[in-house]
Amino acid sequence: MTLLQVRGLTKRFGALAATDALDLDISAGEVHAIIGPNGAGKTTLISQLSGALTPDAGSIRLRDAEVTRLSAHDRVRRGIARSFQVTNVFRAMSAVDNVALALQAGDGSSFRFLRPVARERHLFARARQLLERVGLHERADVVAGELAHGEQRQLEVALALATRPALLLLDEPMAGMGRDESAQMVALIASLRSDLTIVLVEHDMDAVFRLADRISVLVYGRLLATGTAEDIRANDEVRRAYLGTDAA
Amino acid sequence: MTRRDLLPWVLLMVAALVPWLAGLLDQGYYVGFVRRMMIFAIAAASLNFIMGYGGMVSLGHAAFFGIGAYVVAIAMVHGVTSAWIAWPLAVLFAALAALAIGSISLRTRGVYFIMITLAFAQMVYYLAVGLKHYGGEDGLNLAQRSVIGLGLDLASETTLYYVVLVALATVMLLLNRAVGARYGRVLMGIRENETRMEAIGFATYRYKLVGFAIAGGLAGLAGALFANHNLFVSPAALHWTQSATLVVMVLLGGIGFRYGGLAGAVALLMLEELLAALTDYWHLPLGLILLAVVFFAPRGLAGLFARRGAA
Amino acid sequence: MTTTLLVEQLLNGLQFGLMLFLIAAGLTLVFGIMDVLNLAHGSLYMIGAYVAASVAQVTGSFWVALPVATLVTGLVGLLLETTLIRRLYRRDHLAQVLATFAVILVADDTVKLIWGPAPIMLSAPAALAGPVELLPGVLYPSYRLLIIGVGLALALALYLFVTKTRTGMLVRAGSSNRDMASLMGVRVDRLFATIFVLGAMLSAVAGALLGPLLAVEIGMGENILILALVIIVIGGIGSIRGAFVGAVLVGIVDTAGRAFLPDLLHRFLSNAVAAQLGPALAAIAIYVLMAAVLFFRPQGLFPARG
Repeated sequence: MTLLQVRGLTKRFGALAATDALDLDISAGEVHAIIGPNGAGKTTLISQLSGALTPDAGSIRLRDAEVTRLSAHDRVRRGIARSFQVTNVFRAMSAVDNVALALQAGDGSSFRFLRPVARERHLFARARQLLERVGLHERADVVAGELAHGEQRQLEVALALATRPALLLLDEPMAGMGRDESAQMVALIASLRSDLTIVLVEHDMDAVFRLADRISVLVYGRLLATGTAEDIRANDEVRRAYLGTDAA
Repeated sequence: MTRRDLLPWVLLMVAALVPWLAGLLDQGYYVGFVRRMMIFAIAAASLNFIMGYGGMVSLGHAAFFGIGAYVVAIAMVHGVTSAWIAWPLAVLFAALAALAIGSISLRTRGVYFIMITLAFAQMVYYLAVGLKHYGGEDGLNLAQRSVIGLGLDLASETTLYYVVLVALATVMLLLNRAVGARYGRVLMGIRENETRMEAIGFATYRYKLVGFAIAGGLAGLAGALFANHNLFVSPAALHWTQSATLVVMVLLGGIGFRYGGLAGAVALLMLEELLAALTDYWHLPLGLILLAVVFFAPRGLAGLFARRGAA
Repeated sequence: MTTTLLVEQLLNGLQFGLMLFLIAAGLTLVFGIMDVLNLAHGSLYMIGAYVAASVAQVTGSFWVALPVATLVTGLVGLLLETTLIRRLYRRDHLAQVLATFAVILVADDTVKLIWGPAPIMLSAPAALAGPVELLPGVLYPSYRLLIIGVGLALALALYLFVTKTRTGMLVRAGSSNRDMASLMGVRVDRLFATIFVLGAMLSAVAGALLGPLLAVEIGMGENILILALVIIVIGGIGSIRGAFVGAVLVGIVDTAGRAFLPDLLHRFLSNAVAAQLGPALAAIAIYVLMAAVLFFRPQGLFPARG
């Protein structure tokens, strides 16, 4: 079943077409990686899928419902969540407060003025559970700005998960990570695949080939090829444009 | 309870004793003086709520203060003397104005937001000047103070003082509760990282607008009390320099700290009083003191006494 | 409404706008390049007017007063930049607001100390007391024509400076991307001081020239500052071209608004309503203009910031 259907998506910045009449299908339950050289428009694509950017043309449909012009916060309600390439957490708050805030968004109205949040134990219990899921439970009470880079990336994922998405958009979750941290992140993403559909933007080809069910290659805002890892590895055009001979 | 938790209660008790002390020392003037400080503390606290927690720097907050004051004064002209009608009306009009102004202003960010709030406040100012029927530029006198019933006569300086004190205490209580509640967390999240708030599912515009309206309404309450305190309202209370003064109060007191607005209003007005007693040219030392605060107490007065990162 | 009146008011608007441009140019450069919101910019305008008035009184010559005032204010600007403003570059806008607000307080009372609380007189040069016949039957005060002339000349000079000189190029580079400019090895502190002093001197010229027309009084800086802020928002922060267009627009809308709106309203509305609404609407005309511009172009007309 197609969970997300993108047709003719176009986004221009001045004369540059960051996204150029893009067509893409994401199947429910798959891990779909998006790869491509720097400047290919991967983050722009993610931003349009998550609602942070409005496309100039084209359509995005989630489960057959048109979501192209829906705001970011409305898309979260429909089940789309996103993590950021450049860490974008609430630096002054502790990790558990970060996640609790994300949980609060989906837990009824936040127009409550009198009851102290600290009393809502269920929020914080669930926050700690989520932090455990991503491997941060021992650092739950540390202020986010003081977490190590890899831990902050884990927090990024936790925040996205807190909104209980059906579709998770991960924008370079392993950005700036060392080998051990990357392995942890790969394991985390692998553990999520049974519950969610994941769109993964990544440069780390090891991780991509290990995790992805299908891979789409983006070059200059256009889709060059889509297919399984084997298809992509064997594709000559892709090799020329991006992979080089090392990935054989 | 820590020492810091006790401090507001201590201040409340000190404030409650002021009229008695003033009577004892035959310094009745100070009842009115402290009362004025408390009125501006309400206005500054409401501004701190949106500035310090929501990141909305409004250079037009005096407009809502002025609207509240004018509603009470104009109602008085038309024979509506009851505080139970005039004061809620003042809050309502101020909140509605804030809702209207906020609905447009909050579509902008940063310095543009500051400028648009300033622009709207200027419009309200010139409208007040244009109200020739209600005094225009010369202002409007109130024939009497609002009637509150309950066996209390607001004509008594002390009674009005205590009414203002109760109002201030209530406002501070409610605002502090709100800060610790879900809504407060959302505002703080918006101030820190609005993009992320949108990305986790908060319709940030709505939360900001509600906060802006609440702050406007509270400023309107301060205005209503001011009209009673002064028995006179004029467009001068709505001039942009008044809005700037409110911003200065919040910055001086400590933006984003629970008592920042209150501390700033008290500090600024006390400084003015002290310095004015020493010299006619009191703006000069006041300016120098504010400069010192910018460099030596960058988080304001409340920031001097708080732990790092506490609010 | 006669042609004379229309021409006169348009020229008045242009004249006012050109002077506003001199003030706004400095403000937009300082904000655009150094990212400093300098509320005390109006105070420099005030100092220019006061010094000009004093020198004119002492020497009896407006033509001596003008350059002296410009120089003195430039020096004050230099002093202000080196002691205070440069410490604000790294601070956030709120700290800058508080600090420059404090400067307004200090400046206002210092002026009061030196010149007293009452407004003082600055007379236009006697040689320009009479009118000039622009078109048959259309007379216009020659002093105002001088202002227009000086305004246009300085605008042209500023344009040449920004587009043709090396420093000007640095200004434009800094305007569109401050970090890039400093990374490229630009002598940032000298450049910033130059820009600040330039802005101060332009404001002083405006203060001296407008002195005979408006009152030279404490608080004149605050009144003009708010207009300057509106202008740079309309024009686009950091853009000199934007400041020019914005200033002329604001000058004309404000002047024409005050001159024609009340009459216009009288034709459509009852006398009583028009009498109340007219002046109020005229006063808020420029704010409505700003809101309208921001609605269609949220970054202003000529956004310079990258």
